[in-house]
Amino acid sequence: MKKTYGIIAAFETTPALYHACEQVRDAGFKQWDAITPFPVHGLDAAMGIRRSKVPRISICGGIVGFCTGMSMIWWTGAVDYKLIVGGKPLFSPLFAFPVSYELTILFTAFATIIGMFVLNGLPMHYHPVQKAPNLTRLLDDRFHIVIEANDPKYNAATTRAFLEQIGGTDIAELEE
Amino acid sequence: MSSHTSDHSAPAILAEVKPIPLPRAELVHNNRDFKWITDKICGIVEGPTPTWWWWCFCLAVLVASFTVAGITYLVGTGVGVWGHANPVNWAWDIVNFVFWIGIGHAGTLISAILCLLRQKWRTSINRAAEAMTIFAVVCAGIFPVFHVGRVWLAWYLFPIPNSNYIWQNFRSPLEWDVFAVSTYGTVSVLFWYVGLIPDLGTLRDRFTAAGNLLKARIYGFFAMGWRGSNRHWSNYEMAYLILAGISTPLVLSVHTIVSFDFAVSLLPGWHTTIFPPYFVAGAIFSGFGMVMTLMLPLRAIFRLEDLITQYHIDCMCKITLATGTMVGYAYSVEFFVAWYSANPYEGFAFINRAFGHYAWAYWIMVSCNVITPQFFWFKWVRENTWFVWVLSIVVNVGMWFERFVIIVTSLARDFLPSSWGYYSPSIVEIFTFFGTFGVFSTLFLLFIRFVPIMPMSEVKCVIPQADPHGKDHH
Repeated sequence: MKKTYGIIAAFETTPALYHACEQVRDAGFKQWDAITPFPVHGLDAAMGIRRSKVPRISICGGIVGFCTGMSMIWWTGAVDYKLIVGGKPLFSPLFAFPVSYELTILFTAFATIIGMFVLNGLPMHYHPVQKAPNLTRLLDDRFHIVIEANDPKYNAATTRAFLEQIGGTDIAELEE
Repeated sequence: MSSHTSDHSAPAILAEVKPIPLPRAELVHNNRDFKWITDKICGIVEGPTPTWWWWCFCLAVLVASFTVAGITYLVGTGVGVWGHANPVNWAWDIVNFVFWIGIGHAGTLISAILCLLRQKWRTSINRAAEAMTIFAVVCAGIFPVFHVGRVWLAWYLFPIPNSNYIWQNFRSPLEWDVFAVSTYGTVSVLFWYVGLIPDLGTLRDRFTAAGNLLKARIYGFFAMGWRGSNRHWSNYEMAYLILAGISTPLVLSVHTIVSFDFAVSLLPGWHTTIFPPYFVAGAIFSGFGMVMTLMLPLRAIFRLEDLITQYHIDCMCKITLATGTMVGYAYSVEFFVAWYSANPYEGFAFINRAFGHYAWAYWIMVSCNVITPQFFWFKWVRENTWFVWVLSIVVNVGMWFERFVIIVTSLARDFLPSSWGYYSPSIVEIFTFFGTFGVFSTLFLLFIRFVPIMPMSEVKCVIPQADPHGKDHH
């Protein structure tokens, strides 16, 4: 017999999902998630999710990018092969700025996207949620709440009853 | 002071006075729901390939073969096959490069700047405009890469150690341009791809349910296992916002640096400080022209009138009008400064533009770029889709001539009359440029066939049903 991953319940509208999420949060569950086809405005607060940590990774990328640009131009033109052009100084942050600026943006973009993937645990090509009934509606027009079995407050019978009580339909257990 | 304290009660009348309800423009017509949007957009990818698509694709590939032929001949013979000669050593290649790069800028404006400004109408044209950006950068890149002559040494542009031990000259705006354009291309692809991930997930699930496992695997691979988790959306939206935030200075810097290629030189007609803002406005102007040239036929073919509404067309026309007027203003400021600077070379460069050997190009430019957008002041023009479409093409003709006028007239008549010349393109250049429209169309046709042409997850966000507070929201 396969291990249970959790219980999934469907909601038809965004207000129904929003209020259900508030109730799941207030009931004290920790290991749970909402599955929505688009980002629902304000749902982070209703679920009690903290502000994303992506910006911290982005700024590291930006700083590394800027320093890479400046040090590369200094090292190549003023250290490794001294290149005199028009009697100008071998290095100046002014002429190095445009390239460093572009590299700041380039490195920030990579840091942001890699950071987003790492924080989300993606790519993950198999996930129990993708065994939900009516799979195509998951990223189409319905909204779902999944409560995981490893949540300390999880109990197969009472959690199912709780999801029914807050308005969930098509409730189903998901296998690992 | 007592009247300013926080505890003073509002006059009783305020409870009775209600602001006039001014409804916001409807972004999706006919009260369409989530399911309709998914079926409509996925249906284009899932349905059979239309016959018109094959005809257009064959035509586009045929046109693209002109670029392949032109470039093959150039590589086999030498850069001399282009019409460049002293004094005009930069001509169609740089004109076409700036033309295509400029077109790309509207895509980034729509995806990044309008995102930061919370312009919700951007959602339905965003994906196609970003695709346009990427394909325009591809077309732009062809010209400088082959103009270097020995294209197999084009990697000398990047700081890669080589046997000559010498590094790039980072004081040169041309080297800045290498970094600006390659960063722009890369970040545009990343931004586009991040926007695609949720929609690829939708397609993966639909192909899985339909039993088409090959397509489910291909789309699933690129969807990275996206499952719509709100904990993921939280990071995703933040990442998207940051990408919009960095793409905004990026797009402004790219055309600024492109304009530095000219402005940092000493040539009369190029050496001006107005170039960066003037080039950016012109880029957005031409890009919106191209967005309308592409979106209006798509809207008619796929019956997307509920998603690309008259309001969307109005907004695009108004941006074209605003940027076109800025470009017209820049033309007049250039003339004013040429006179006010009291520099005889600068003054001559501008008189020569308007009344010299290339006056025909100058007046095509002015009539297309300054007069054409003024039609968009009128509502009846904006509501006539055919007229808007024709004007959008005229805009791009004008913007091509703008780059031609700036680059060629300045070089053909520089300081020394003994070195003056007249430039005409060779047939190889004409073939190569004509073919890039085929390269662009081929890529765009592949895009509309295999990729959802609108960001479903974003369009769903802007319909009233997406509001979690329902009707009691204020």
